[in-house]
Amino acid sequence: MQPPAEFVHWMFATGFLLLGLFLLAQAIVGDEVWRRRAWRAYLWPGLAFLLGILMWPVMVFFTNSTVHMLAHGSWAQVMMLAGGAELGLVRGKLHSRYWRLTMPLAFLVSGAAFLIHEQNTWYFARSAFLHHLIGWTMVVCAIFPLAAVFRPRSTLFRTGFALTFVVLGVMLYCDRDVAPIFGHLSSQAGTPHR
Amino acid sequence: MSTQLASERAAVRRRTVRAMLIWALGPATMLAGVVWAFLQPYRITLLHPHGQGFWWLAIEPPLLVVLAGIVFAFLIAPGVIEDLDAEEHGP
Repeated sequence: MQPPAEFVHWMFATGFLLLGLFLLAQAIVGDEVWRRRAWRAYLWPGLAFLLGILMWPVMVFFTNSTVHMLAHGSWAQVMMLAGGAELGLVRGKLHSRYWRLTMPLAFLVSGAAFLIHEQNTWYFARSAFLHHLIGWTMVVCAIFPLAAVFRPRSTLFRTGFALTFVVLGVMLYCDRDVAPIFGHLSSQAGTPHR
Repeated sequence: MSTQLASERAAVRRRTVRAMLIWALGPATMLAGVVWAFLQPYRITLLHPHGQGFWWLAIEPPLLVVLAGIVFAFLIAPGVIEDLDAEEHGP
């Protein structure tokens, strides 16, 4: 009954897509309008926290090496930290805006984990290509949440932050267990099953 | 007086553009899922369910994208647009 890994990627892709849509909507209308309904203020931080929690079973059930376990565990921790910090800020339990630095930290840790735990080259298979691409995307796009800490009203940074999650979702949707990338597939990668 | 009128009109126009963007996000997401389904119809296993396992039938990426669009369009967007309108008319 355990799903193949690609299905897990697609389910998380849906979570990231929703996260991106919520953040994009908040960036478009601004905090005042977005937080007119209390539940909406908790929406994306809660979803980020939930995705972090759901990463734990992924760590437990989809561990095919120590480095995979460490990568999934680090994603779970930083997603919960960033989501939890934002929840604390929204609730008023936390006050310093510097708690928002947990989000660029999550981006950097996640990106590094993607890059470090992918042992194969870019064109080994589609999953290897996507791991490299997602890793570098997260490292580079950490600039958006980082800049938003110091310029919280900047539409550019907030939109960039939101669209990063949409792009991550698209990349995760492209993931397959074994599939070629631009016609390249290493003979060691296995046989594409679909 | 005319400067004040012009700035009020500009503010209303900005709110209208924002409302349009919020309204369009859900349908645009749904459309992306539908386009994807046409480009890769073999991903819609419900069209040929015979011999498919649970996960292949339950998790179909283009349908997940459409679902995300539906969630946003029906659960999030109406309230946000309503609140934008309230900001325009209310105190």
